[in-house]
Amino acid sequence: MDEVIVVRNLTKRFGAFTAVDDISFEVKKGEIFGFLGANGAGKTTVIRMLCGLSKPSSGNALVGGFDIRHQSEKIKANIGYMSQRFSLYEDLKVWENIKLFAGIYGMKKKDIAIKTDILLEELGFESQKETLVSALPLGWKQKLAFSVAIFHNPKVVFLDEPTGGVDPVVRRQFWELIYKTAEKGITVFVTTHYMDEAEYCDRISIMVDGRIEALDTPRALKEKFSSDSIDDIFYQLARNAKRKED
Amino acid sequence: MKEFLTFTKKEFLHIFRDTWTMMIILVLPLVMMLLFGYAVTTEIRNTNIGILDYSKDETTRSIINRVQESEYFTISNYFNSYDEIDQSFKSSENSLVIVFGENFSENLLHLRKADIQIVADASDPNAAKTLVNYLSNIIGSTLKDLNKTTIENYEIKPELKLLYNPLMKSSYNFVPGVMGFIIILVCAMMTSISIVREKEKGTMELLLASPTSPITIIVSKLIPYFVISLINIITIFLVSYFIMGVPINGSLFWIFILCILYILVSLSLGILISTVSDTQLMALVISAILLLMPSMLLSGMLFNIESMPLILQGIAQAMPAKWFISAIRKLMIMGVDAKYVLHEFGALLLMEVIIIGISLKKFKKRLE
Repeated sequence: MDEVIVVRNLTKRFGAFTAVDDISFEVKKGEIFGFLGANGAGKTTVIRMLCGLSKPSSGNALVGGFDIRHQSEKIKANIGYMSQRFSLYEDLKVWENIKLFAGIYGMKKKDIAIKTDILLEELGFESQKETLVSALPLGWKQKLAFSVAIFHNPKVVFLDEPTGGVDPVVRRQFWELIYKTAEKGITVFVTTHYMDEAEYCDRISIMVDGRIEALDTPRALKEKFSSDSIDDIFYQLARNAKRKED
Repeated sequence: MKEFLTFTKKEFLHIFRDTWTMMIILVLPLVMMLLFGYAVTTEIRNTNIGILDYSKDETTRSIINRVQESEYFTISNYFNSYDEIDQSFKSSENSLVIVFGENFSENLLHLRKADIQIVADASDPNAAKTLVNYLSNIIGSTLKDLNKTTIENYEIKPELKLLYNPLMKSSYNFVPGVMGFIIILVCAMMTSISIVREKEKGTMELLLASPTSPITIIVSKLIPYFVISLINIITIFLVSYFIMGVPINGSLFWIFILCILYILVSLSLGILISTVSDTQLMALVISAILLLMPSMLLSGMLFNIESMPLILQGIAQAMPAKWFISAIRKLMIMGVDAKYVLHEFGALLLMEVIIIGISLKKFKKRLE
C-alpha cells in the first residue's frame, strides 16, 4: 500500500457550524503535500483530526494505516507534529529537548544518544548541545523543532505553518530539510501562508469554507486555472469564501 | 513508568531553572513565617512601663518584681511625681504606669484597702485595653499569692482562663494560617500557571499529539508541586516547633493525612483553573482573586469568621483553607482525636470530588 493518509468524507461540526465539510483525499508515502487555505478555512481542524487530537463528526481517515476514530494512540506514535507556534522547551538545553521528545516516542536511551550526536552534526549545532533553547536564534529553533519532530522516524510529519516569522534564507534552509526528510520516505503534510512555498510541494490542496476546492500538482493546477502563479489561483478561489477571516 | 519519570524530571527542571518560581515556592514560606512571627504580631512583649511608688514597701516591691519578671513588661522609669508621668507619655518612653498610693502595705493590712492606679496611654485603645488586662492579671495574682486578696478596692474581675493558648501567642494562630496559604499558593497558583504556560507556548499541543496520555502529562506536572508542598509543610512545622515554640499536641499521623488531603484539593483547584484560563496572566489573576485573597482574609487566619457578615461567612465555607486551618488548629494546638475533625475532613473530601469531577468534564469537552 502506497497511501499513508487516506481521508474519506471527513466532516467536523461544532454545533450548527460545519468546520470541515465532507472532504476526501489521499497522500502517498514520501510525498510533500501542501495543505493551503485562508485562516478559518478548516485546515487546523483537519490536522487536529488526522493527529488524533479530535474526533470527526462523520466520515473517517486512515493515517499510517490506523483508524483516526479508534486507534488514535497508534497514530500518535507514528507521526511527528510541529505546530505554528515554535514549540520546544525554552528552559531546557538542546540535548534535553531532544532526549525528552525522543523518550516520549519510546526510543531507547542508547539510540537517542547516538542519534543526537549525528543530528547535531548534520545541523552544525555541535557546539550548542548544552545551550538553553531560549538562547538560540529563531531560525535555529525552528530547524531544531523540525528535527525533533522527525527524530523518531515517523511515517508522517505534520507541519502547521512551520516557517511563520522566519527570514527567507532560513525558510530556504528549512525547505532543504523538508526535501531531505521526504527522500528518507517520511511523508510531509505541510500548511503554509507563503505561496512561493506551495510551489515546492509535490501536490497541493486548497481549502475554502471547509471544502477542498482544488487538489493537484502545482503545474497541473496552473494549467487548469490557466494562471502562472499559485498565489493567483489561491486568490481566485479564496475570494469566493463566505466565511470571514478570523 | 519510565515516561512518567522523564516527565517528572522535566517539571523539576522547569522549576529549578526559574529563579522567580524558586523564590516563591521556597523563600516566600520562610519570609511569611518570620513576618507573621516577629513583625506582624498581635501579642504584647516587652512593653515599657513606668512606676510611681509613694510607698516603697514590701508589697509594692513584690508587685514590681512580678511585673518586671513577666515577659510582657520591662520597667523603664521610676517616677517621683505625677508631672513626670505626663512627660514620659508624651515622649513615648512608656505607655503604661502603675501608681501605688502611700502606706500601701499598712493600709492593706489595717484598713483592708490600698490605692493602686494604672495609667495607660489610650491613643491606641486596643493595645491599651490588652495591656491593662495583662497588668491587672499580674497584680491580682501577686496579691493572691501574698494571701491578701481581701483588698476591697481591687476590683474583682471574672477570672479568665485561656484554654490551649494561655499566653495568647499569635503564632498558634498564624502557623496553621501560613500553611493554608502557602499550599494554595504553591499548589493551586503555581500549578495552574505551569500548565497554562504549556498551553500558551504551544508545547501542550505537542505533548497531546504525542503518544503520552493526558493523565501522565497532568499527573507528572503535579508531582513536583506535591513534593515541594510537603517540604514547605515540614519546614513550617520545624520552624514553628523549634523556633517559635508552637506545640504539636495531636497525632502527627493525622496531621499529615490532613495536609496531604489539603494539598490534593489545592492541586485539583490548580488543574481546574488551568482548564478555564488561556493565558498565564489569567491563571494568576483567577488564583489571586478567587483563592489567595479569600484564603488570607476569610479563612479565619487573620479575622474571626463568626464575626463576619453572613455573606462573607458563606463564602468562607467554600474556602478549602478555612476547613484546613480549622482542622489543623484542632489537631495540632488542641491535640484532639481525629474523630473531632471528621467534619473538616468530610468538607475537604467533598470539595476534592467536586473539583475533580468538573475538571474531568472540562478536559473531555476540550478533546470533544
